[in-house]
Amino acid sequence: MRAGTPRVRVAALAALAALTLATTSACADDETPTAGSTSGSPSATAIRSGLKIAFLPKQVNNPYFDTSDNKGGKVAVEEFGGSYTQTGPSEASPSAQVSYINTLSQQGTDVIVVSANDKDAICGALNEARTGGAKVVTYDSDTNPTCRDLFINQATAEGIAKSQIKLISDAIGPDGGEIAILSATANATNQNAWIEMMKTELAKPENAKLKLVDTVYGDDDDQKSFAEAQGLLAKHPNLIISPTTVGVAAAARYLSGSDFKGKVQLTGLGTPNQMRAYIKDGTVKSFALWNPADLGYLAAYAGAALASGVISGNEGDTFTAGKLGQFTVGPDATVLLGDPFTFDETNIDDFDF
Amino acid sequence: MTALDTATAPAARTSAGSRLASRVFLIRELGILIALLLLIAGTALTNPRFLSAQSVKDLLLGSTILAVLAVGQTIVVITRNVDLSVGSVLGLSAFATGSLFLASPGLAIPIVLVVGLALGAACGAVNGALIAAARAPALVVTLGTLYVFRGIGYSWATGRQINAADMPVGFLRLGTETVLGVPVLTLFAAAVLVGAGYYLRSYRSGRELYAIGSDPAAARLSGIPVGKRVFAAFVASGALAGLAGVLYAARFGTLDANAGLGAELNVVAAVVVGGVAIFGGSGSVYGAVIGAVLLTTIGSALPVLGIDPFWQRAAVGALILAAIGLDRALALRVGRRLRGRSSHG
Amino acid sequence: MAEWKARLRSALTSWDAVVLLAFILVAVIGALTIDGVASPRFWRFVTLEAIPIVLIALPLTLVVITGEIDLSVASMLGLTCVVLGQLWIWGVSSLPLLIGICLLLGGALGAVNGLFVTRFGLPSLAVTIGTLALYRGLAYVVLGDRAVADYPQSWTTGAIRPIPGTTIPWMILVVAGLAVAFGVVLYATPIGRGLYAMGNSAEAARFSGISVARTKFWLFVATGAMSALAGVFWTLRFASARADNGTGLELAIVAAVLLGGVSIFGGRGGLVGVIAAVALLVTLRNALQLAYVPANTLTIVTGSLLILSVVGPNVAGMLRERLRRRRARVGIADPTPTAAT
Repeated sequence: MRAGTPRVRVAALAALAALTLATTSACADDETPTAGSTSGSPSATAIRSGLKIAFLPKQVNNPYFDTSDNKGGKVAVEEFGGSYTQTGPSEASPSAQVSYINTLSQQGTDVIVVSANDKDAICGALNEARTGGAKVVTYDSDTNPTCRDLFINQATAEGIAKSQIKLISDAIGPDGGEIAILSATANATNQNAWIEMMKTELAKPENAKLKLVDTVYGDDDDQKSFAEAQGLLAKHPNLIISPTTVGVAAAARYLSGSDFKGKVQLTGLGTPNQMRAYIKDGTVKSFALWNPADLGYLAAYAGAALASGVISGNEGDTFTAGKLGQFTVGPDATVLLGDPFTFDETNIDDFDF
Repeated sequence: MTALDTATAPAARTSAGSRLASRVFLIRELGILIALLLLIAGTALTNPRFLSAQSVKDLLLGSTILAVLAVGQTIVVITRNVDLSVGSVLGLSAFATGSLFLASPGLAIPIVLVVGLALGAACGAVNGALIAAARAPALVVTLGTLYVFRGIGYSWATGRQINAADMPVGFLRLGTETVLGVPVLTLFAAAVLVGAGYYLRSYRSGRELYAIGSDPAAARLSGIPVGKRVFAAFVASGALAGLAGVLYAARFGTLDANAGLGAELNVVAAVVVGGVAIFGGSGSVYGAVIGAVLLTTIGSALPVLGIDPFWQRAAVGALILAAIGLDRALALRVGRRLRGRSSHG
Repeated sequence: MAEWKARLRSALTSWDAVVLLAFILVAVIGALTIDGVASPRFWRFVTLEAIPIVLIALPLTLVVITGEIDLSVASMLGLTCVVLGQLWIWGVSSLPLLIGICLLLGGALGAVNGLFVTRFGLPSLAVTIGTLALYRGLAYVVLGDRAVADYPQSWTTGAIRPIPGTTIPWMILVVAGLAVAFGVVLYATPIGRGLYAMGNSAEAARFSGISVARTKFWLFVATGAMSALAGVFWTLRFASARADNGTGLELAIVAAVLLGGVSIFGGRGGLVGVIAAVALLVTLRNALQLAYVPANTLTIVTGSLLILSVVGPNVAGMLRERLRRRRARVGIADPTPTAAT
């Protein structure tokens, strides 16, 4: 039932090859890249309307990014009259992000707001996008500074580390004990920076009673984090810090259904809605976060200011981010949102995200 | 040789053959059970807390969902097919469960179970229809439905996530409660296992599945309704994946459209390790479940043993290769034995 | 003359032609209706994405034609990436040496598959599911969750550099060359014809003097080597070696091979259809992404295409059979020439 003799098929194969090459030679002209706004002194004072802003989180289906993008970024974009999209891979993989960066660049997006799955893997695509005229703003998880125009940091690594160590040491009490860290993916820039800072904090004399025994990775996957928390506690009955919203929720859920509840302390960065039940049943005493919606909001405004020429990403540039007020660009083209905020029994009901 | 002798000779051969078959069954399933027990013993020696009540409970809970999926997959693999869409069906069913509870929090749990089973069965029916009626190869069809069902799940979820806080406490408690130390979810899995095991051994339609897997053409010629049986096998696999989705929702509470992503390879691994031949015709659900438990235990044992958890995937791969090698060696020996017996006829 | 016409007609209605036509249709319609498809940048991205898939699909097609399958290709790609990264860390800085080592590694990995299938007689589906896990696991053991990303810029830009005067990466020429090479083997050599025989009936193939075991073994080795080549390209293109490189890619490659008309049972199919299928799938996905079609819809489309590719011909065949039987019963002469089965 084979159709076509071998000769016909070799001919067909050659024809296919020829067709491909013909197409490629037809695409002989390089598209001249649109000149990006020149770096120099900013000239505009207001945000241009009609800007296309696209949010590209580490992965969609993550409630943290759902909040930062759809409840923060989208609100900001609508405020200044731009057009908003959120797109991204369903698994936190860098190669999947590259495909979306390429698409966004082809669609003529003015600002790509991205949280990187890997510091370097998406750099090539980002730089190609910038050559094509897009501004790149990273938020939540940074890339190599050479391939982005601005980084919106939710809090300094020191600030986060300090707050985390303080929370766990308050929870454990004056006798101290062993702690372990349940992080996201081992490559996540932000998490690793925080972990490094935590180690620096732990080295200080006032934290001498706290001993870091393990660091495991839950890959920001609920099931895996759950299993890793389980594994941690099987190895040593210790106390956990989890600097990721997915991780702390999974660990809390495991603890609250286990014999360790109340005996093992947990803290980390979590969202109020996810953690409310565990604060109320005593599994977690307190946890911290910033408002991710504010982060997305600020990122959108920063990107828009950049694309409109209000700022050019140099240290000292200032811009207004809607209801959040004025911000100044710091060293390394970083904009800081603020300090982490502590949630506990007393204020958990005041928030809804 | 009198007529009586020639009549008894084949009878003696078949009873010898079936005794041999049950001996092989025993060896294979016992072998993997021994491997599991060795692993647990070894880990417990290094760290006695591995056998604590909490730890055992976690082990049982962790393998429940994979076990339920493995039972369904066995039914399909026995007929010389494969069902790669189980992960996507689980995801659909889990999200459906969450959405049902969001919509009507007071819903009785049995109703949710039925809905999960029905949804899974419907997906399985799609697979079965395409494979049995259109005579399309199962690998391709279920690969396609893996994408289609997952895409439907994503479209439905639109990036939302259902939090444990939104689910009724009673339902979530199902995921953590125990009866005499055995988690409730595991009892579900045990019931499924015993039910499927009994059906496959004692019902004619169950045994026909083995015949279909051994030699589909011969099965068809001997009057077995191959199309109907294969269709039913896929409906069963889908239904069990649907059930697994409900159990998943109870266990994890927090759900999004990614539930079950990538589960299909783990399930096939469990089934193969458990002694079910990938070309059908042999194997049992008991072996598959032991395989599921073994794979899950490896995952929990490695961190306890202090082995870099990165070795887990490699260990699973090595196990699969060892398992199929062993099966092949056994099959060769059995073949030689049978041929040896018949030459004495 | 009539024979030529008949050959042409059967070639044009073959599955290869259908897929090729579908690709051309998608490209043309996309260029006309979606903003950006007609631009050279689009085709550059499509080509970049398609290169690793085609590289691996070439030998995999031959493997599936012989009735086997290899699901471990993406894990071999990943392990190669990781080894490349680790060697780089250890100071191996000669690119040709690195590529050579990686190709040898890929061949060795493929040889393991081949050994299990031909020497021990194990089913390739089960074996390659095992090696899928084993190789991916080894990749994680080597590099853990780290990433190696500090390759020289000349390597990374060199890998994706366009052909001078165009925007299409030069790697496409390598791929085209390999495609022609595989095509020649498949269509114009006795070994190639023997592959079809092996897929249809191993007994018949053996009688025609071909060493089934040796041929299959070397096909698995070739698959491993090509996966390694794809791995090198992948690492340099993304400038990043990670243990999870290419995870899940095997499903996309197998989907393309099957959509390209290669029967999973062996004995049928060819390279033209497979290459066209890769082009179709990658172009379709990118075009729809450009058209703001959400990713979920794309997933559904891919899956449906796959199902259609096997169900369609079967159902069409069944309908034709039913029609012919009805005609025969009523006594009408069958106008369609019976195709040689």
